[in-house]
Amino acid sequence: MTTGAVPRPGDPVITPALVAEHGLTADEYERLVRMLERTPTFTELGIISALWSEHCSYKHSRPVLKTLPTKAPWVLQGPGENAGVISIGDGLAVAFKIESHNHPSAVEPYQGAATGVGGILRDVFTMGARPIAMLNSLRFGSLETPRVRYLVDGVVKGIGDYGNCVGIPTVAGDVMFDAAYEGNPLVNAMCVGLLHEDELIRAKAEGVGNPVIAVGARTGRDGIHGASFASEDLSEENEAKRPRVQVGDPFTEKLLLEASLELIRSGHIVAIQDMGAAGLTSSSAEMAERGDVGVTIDTTKVPVREAGMTPYEILLSESQERMLVVAKKGRDAEVKAILAKWDLAAEVIGEVIAEPVYRVTEGDRVVAEFPGTRLVTDCPQYTPEAKESEAAIARRARDVHAIPPLAAEADPAWTLERLLQAPTIASKQWIHRQYDSTVRTNTVLGPGAADAAVLRIRGTKRALAVKTDCNGRYVFLDPRVGGRIAVAEAARNVACTGATPRAITNCLNFGNPKKPEVFFQFREAVFGMGDACRALETPVTGGNVSLYNENPQGAVYPTPTIGMVGVLEDAAHATRLTFTTPGDAIILLGENTDELGGSEYLAWVHGVVAGAPPACDLAGEKRLIDALLEAIRAGYVRSAHDCSEGGIAVALAECCMAERDRPTGADVDLSPWSALAPRALFFGEAQGRVIVSSANAESVLAVAKRHQVPARVIGTVTPASNGFSVRAGDVRLTAPVSKLAEAYHEALPRAMARAAAEKVTRDPALAGGTA
Amino acid sequence: MKVGVVSFPGSNCDEDALLAVVERLDEDAVLLWHKDHDLQGADVVILPGGFSYGDYLRAGAIARFSPIMQEVVAHAKRGGPVIGICNGFQIACEAGLLPGALLRNASLQFRSMPVTLRVETTDTVFTRAAEVGMRLTMPIAHGDGRYTADEATLDRLEAEGRVVFRYVDARGEATAAANPNGSMRNIAGIANAGGTVVGLMPHPERALEPLLGSTDGLVLFQSLLAAVHA
Repeated sequence: MTTGAVPRPGDPVITPALVAEHGLTADEYERLVRMLERTPTFTELGIISALWSEHCSYKHSRPVLKTLPTKAPWVLQGPGENAGVISIGDGLAVAFKIESHNHPSAVEPYQGAATGVGGILRDVFTMGARPIAMLNSLRFGSLETPRVRYLVDGVVKGIGDYGNCVGIPTVAGDVMFDAAYEGNPLVNAMCVGLLHEDELIRAKAEGVGNPVIAVGARTGRDGIHGASFASEDLSEENEAKRPRVQVGDPFTEKLLLEASLELIRSGHIVAIQDMGAAGLTSSSAEMAERGDVGVTIDTTKVPVREAGMTPYEILLSESQERMLVVAKKGRDAEVKAILAKWDLAAEVIGEVIAEPVYRVTEGDRVVAEFPGTRLVTDCPQYTPEAKESEAAIARRARDVHAIPPLAAEADPAWTLERLLQAPTIASKQWIHRQYDSTVRTNTVLGPGAADAAVLRIRGTKRALAVKTDCNGRYVFLDPRVGGRIAVAEAARNVACTGATPRAITNCLNFGNPKKPEVFFQFREAVFGMGDACRALETPVTGGNVSLYNENPQGAVYPTPTIGMVGVLEDAAHATRLTFTTPGDAIILLGENTDELGGSEYLAWVHGVVAGAPPACDLAGEKRLIDALLEAIRAGYVRSAHDCSEGGIAVALAECCMAERDRPTGADVDLSPWSALAPRALFFGEAQGRVIVSSANAESVLAVAKRHQVPARVIGTVTPASNGFSVRAGDVRLTAPVSKLAEAYHEALPRAMARAAAEKVTRDPALAGGTA
Repeated sequence: MKVGVVSFPGSNCDEDALLAVVERLDEDAVLLWHKDHDLQGADVVILPGGFSYGDYLRAGAIARFSPIMQEVVAHAKRGGPVIGICNGFQIACEAGLLPGALLRNASLQFRSMPVTLRVETTDTVFTRAAEVGMRLTMPIAHGDGRYTADEATLDRLEAEGRVVFRYVDARGEATAAANPNGSMRNIAGIANAGGTVVGLMPHPERALEPLLGSTDGLVLFQSLLAAVHA
């Protein structure tokens, strides 16, 4: 029984309308009243609104997420912390996590994306890890739309300006374009950090009497209710919610990074956590919950930017570049001294207490008081109805082979060139060149050089490979298969560089879970991911769920983005995607099929998203990865590139000209598969295929045979002047390499040059009440 | 040789520069804290890349007033070698160690990519082991790298042989296409009159190992070693 909290003078009266405005259902409000055994204060309503938001509470997703595999001998920290951590040998470990900043980026792309980078950086360095790499997984609508070009421009600039300033290389990611993301771009940022295993620190408050310290930037009125904003559908009113988007300051972040790592190594603190979504409220409640202790906070002690801020505002502000620290008792002076070195403020704002209660005071007045220490997980949990829509079933069942080819497709070179210009396939150099990818001098293979980025680990022979992946179209057409493919493709990409896939983090971007067809997608996609993670021995170490990615036009494709980390035992094994040497044999590992469903070819050339996505044989994927890694480690492989969007023709073309200043040609014969429909053979997206070039084909074939992986020499690397040639029986695809290179490399710069000429700041459809 | 690498709070290439000297050259190096007045006996000073004090105002505009910069300027005036890399080049210009300024890239975008440089003079402590016309490949990573000065200054720099590096294409020509940021006369790096202070936008400290794709930055450090040990 708690009676401590009383309404502040001037607080609004709690009415059903106010409760609804805070996003609580009548049942959830009842639950709150039962918990308190009284009517909540306005401050308490605000706290619960944030903590029980989807973003903080995972109330619709938690039961499904629990089915994911999270353990392996190398996993040091699984889900539930600021970031997951795996051991990579030599006493070293890697902390990594991916997180979404979709809603803020839809409204204010530059700051939305920038603060997404800032938040994920803090999640990693609060584990005691020094960030060494950033990745981004981005989804946008059609580049034909001015608004989309404006979003791409702003998001890329925001990511670049933040990461470049802090000095963390942005090395990899994935970017796709589809009308399904028109009103709801996805901006998922991943950070990877390096630490010594014995420096690992967890965000777990402990030690009665230990001071709770607010560190870093002052608390302002920005970003209030950001977590709740991220937990509802986007609508016409969103322009008015622009103030809920925070503003980033990468310079302060850099100071905070250095100061935090120094603090952790000093031994003066027991726990540290980012004040991220729902700010002070969630960071303090989560740290208390993990330690199973009580906590008390006095809002008058919190350094603020402006006078007159209420406890409600201070607790729910999402001002950036702030941390919450639990120090050892009596060490506050030492903590303040370290922060002063970096010109940062630190104020004791509370204390860890034995009494199992979460209490907030404003001076002497108690403004919020919750019994128990499980404020976050004592939220309601839902298992909504899940049912696949009839429309989805029909879409999958459509016979896509019956779609007549366009007349121009009589020449497959026309189709190839067109696909190379598809923004999803085309070179992303226009984006990558805005990110510093070489700072910290560890980047062995940067953006675009290989199927994943490779970073050496200083002081060891080892290297890391990192990549993000997800084809939302596959998930949309068949969530279970799509979920499997997302993991398998990320693993394949990492393996193509010579790294053993080790673990994943994931960012689950879905629509409104209260809709049965959306919850079906969510559940099945997570089950599919789980299948693949078990088969490929890459457990889940954490991640983030972003629901309500909907606007009046509908939901985004279900997009469970996978962030994969792999380890190379020897950085010298790092393998590029491009052919290197004329005369080398071109070998296909894996098997071509007649599959065409869900392909970029159908979407880009025919405007059709239908058919069953390609099958995903997880045991076969595992054998492929094992064979590939053995061949790479033995030194038989000069380049390796997986077949994904655009199929084998696009993959072969990329092998020839992805590095524009070092082109080669290729002479390829796919006649053993000439019984397949040519367009399915050339542009279908059968899974489990990798193109390898080698000076020692016999050895590669022998390794493949030992692993029971189909393998065949399909051609020879030639000088670029010989051109690009692929035949299958009577069908021939020939093109000058320079022409393919132009299509591939100029598509994005040309599209984005239009953005520079446009002054679009917001979508007329979203232009609401603001002038 | 002892190298001092200045650490401004927003420097993010200071550690790279330190490791380059210690691991690649096997020479002594220390970080020099921006709030200190002590060069710790350094023979050479590196002003590293980064965002010194956030650089929201103008790159390097605040850094020049820092305590350590007073000592760096005094060191340079004594003829001590100083190299400003990227943000360090911007700071050297702001501090008056080098003429001109680095403005926002002509593209208005950050540029991170490998570039080819042509060595224009060997009369500096950082290029004496190179050869005129030699081509070097190393990364750039900057948003404000457009070297700008008035025509008279540019003419003087050219006449005095103080243009150290130019952006060139694969054939060694200083073309507009090879210019990544719109720098006047494709200038990537310049020196003071004595050839002891050099500033450049590209990052030689990122081009010292075959594993990372280029070793072309080595010649700058080898030149330095030769100069200091001469």
